[in-house]
Amino acid sequence: MTPSKTRFELKSGLATREAFGRTLTALGRENQDVVVCDADLSKSTFTSLFAKEFPERFFSCGIAEANMISIGAGLAAGGKIPFVSSFSCFAVNKGFEQLRVTVAYPGVNLKLVGTHSGISIGEDGPSQMSIEDLGLMCSLPGFVVLSPADEVSMAALVRAAAAHVGPVFIRAGRMKAPVIYPRDQVFTVGHAVELIEGTDVTIIATGLLVAEAIRAADALEAEGVSARVVDIHTIKPLDREAIARAAQETAAIVVAEEHLIDGGLGVRVAQVVAETCPCVMEFVGIRNTYAESASPEQLLDKYGLVSRDVIAAVRRALARKG
Amino acid sequence: MTSTHNAAGLAAISMRIRREIVEMIGEAKSGHPGGSLSAVEILTTLFFDVMRHDPNNPAWPERDRFILSKGHAAPVLYCMLAQCGYTPKDQLNTLRKLGSIYQGHPDRRFIPALEASTGSLGVGLSVGLGMALAARLNGSPARVYVMLGDGEIQEGQVWEAAMFGAYHKADNIVAIVDYNKIQLDGFVKDIMEVHPLADKWRAFGWHTLEIDGHDIPAVQRALADAAAAKGRPTAIVAHTIKGKGVSFMENNPKFHGTAPSPAEVQAALQELQ
Repeated sequence: MTPSKTRFELKSGLATREAFGRTLTALGRENQDVVVCDADLSKSTFTSLFAKEFPERFFSCGIAEANMISIGAGLAAGGKIPFVSSFSCFAVNKGFEQLRVTVAYPGVNLKLVGTHSGISIGEDGPSQMSIEDLGLMCSLPGFVVLSPADEVSMAALVRAAAAHVGPVFIRAGRMKAPVIYPRDQVFTVGHAVELIEGTDVTIIATGLLVAEAIRAADALEAEGVSARVVDIHTIKPLDREAIARAAQETAAIVVAEEHLIDGGLGVRVAQVVAETCPCVMEFVGIRNTYAESASPEQLLDKYGLVSRDVIAAVRRALARKG
Repeated sequence: MTSTHNAAGLAAISMRIRREIVEMIGEAKSGHPGGSLSAVEILTTLFFDVMRHDPNNPAWPERDRFILSKGHAAPVLYCMLAQCGYTPKDQLNTLRKLGSIYQGHPDRRFIPALEASTGSLGVGLSVGLGMALAARLNGSPARVYVMLGDGEIQEGQVWEAAMFGAYHKADNIVAIVDYNKIQLDGFVKDIMEVHPLADKWRAFGWHTLEIDGHDIPAVQRALADAAAAKGRPTAIVAHTIKGKGVSFMENNPKFHGTAPSPAEVQAALQELQ
């Protein structure tokens, strides 16, 4: 996609979890080796679509995430392409040891899809919210970590994950996500997408915050601030080249994510910036706290994850840049 | 490798393996002799009699799989692999040393013939069940054997796997518990009692057998019985003696995770004739 200077019109789209479930089912039709493991949340993760069509390749694991991860590892060792799915907080946190010792360490070809990530699951509250999954998954050597922003990128990256030989984590959300990309957009694992050109500051975002970054850039343009917007859909391996270029060309970077700032995308970007072209940075994310029950919109507003917060961070960065 | 159904032949291999286990752990100056020695007859019977595998073709898709879920007993598995011809026998005494393929716990990165990297207790049965399901989907006759420690089954994931195996009718897997009654800190009964073990597996829906794990014909009969059981997985509770074959190691918690001194190695080899 050619970077645009025109205003984006963001239309409502599918939740990324639903785009995952639909793409997974299509993959199941194309590839007999695709199998699915679920822990009593298939209606929520949309793996129920796959289960309905391919019951013999769908393994109900019950509410036992640790076992489920290792079952997936064994299926992968047996030549299958297992997509293992649950709420991100349960799959990653309860299955972390199994992800470490039975998946990452031997490097097996397992695909883990964590849905209901971030705080935008809303009313269910913090016990169900995954705000540390990116940090945890990036700490596992060999894992590819993906965080699609909309249904188009999710569909493409689920296919990319299936084609990749090795462990992959895909982060999905519960709420409907604005459509950012045209249907024919091409995505390459490890390559960021520059959505909007800009010269004064770069907003690097992932997941739901990509749409907020676009809204922020639109508003800033009206004030005469030229903000570049970059979608980092691959958290690991990071697109170091795109980050270094942003640091060099705009000399100010704001990173926005629906994740704890500790261990999130921002600190990973900061490492690249420090190693390549140090510049002013600001961070939009969850600051050392757990959220609460409320509507997704109320929570994103309260915990500082909307375009207003991105704009404020840009202003701070520009003030420091001088 | 030469396979045999002859119990005396398997006993002779077992004796050789015991000597190698003591020597390699002695040379390494650290490791877990007790739980390696308790598992010898079971692994010998699997690798030299029961399992369908081919050291000349370790990636044969239809091979039977063995997972040592109690990964700290790596020496007994390494001796089997070397004796079968998967790995070099003359490197067994590099155990636990820099650059050795014989890592402290089984590591597939160094020995591709290993079916799983283990060492963190509780995970092996789940991995084995995944392999068993894959074999079933592939229409493969491959069977999966997983050895668990009696202390290991204190891990909750083992029982998640037990529920899963029975629910999914995985009749191509056998879980073998090396019930040697000792774990690192002492006797199992004093750390976290697991008795009645066979009753637990039965309650979870497994076809369950209880045997003397050093009685080779009994091990052979149990594995044949497991192969005949349809519609449910088999658990073999194998009563064994920790440190079996070396008088001063037998039933001695010290030798769960302590290497024998050079003098103890010599004394042990005297007994293992």
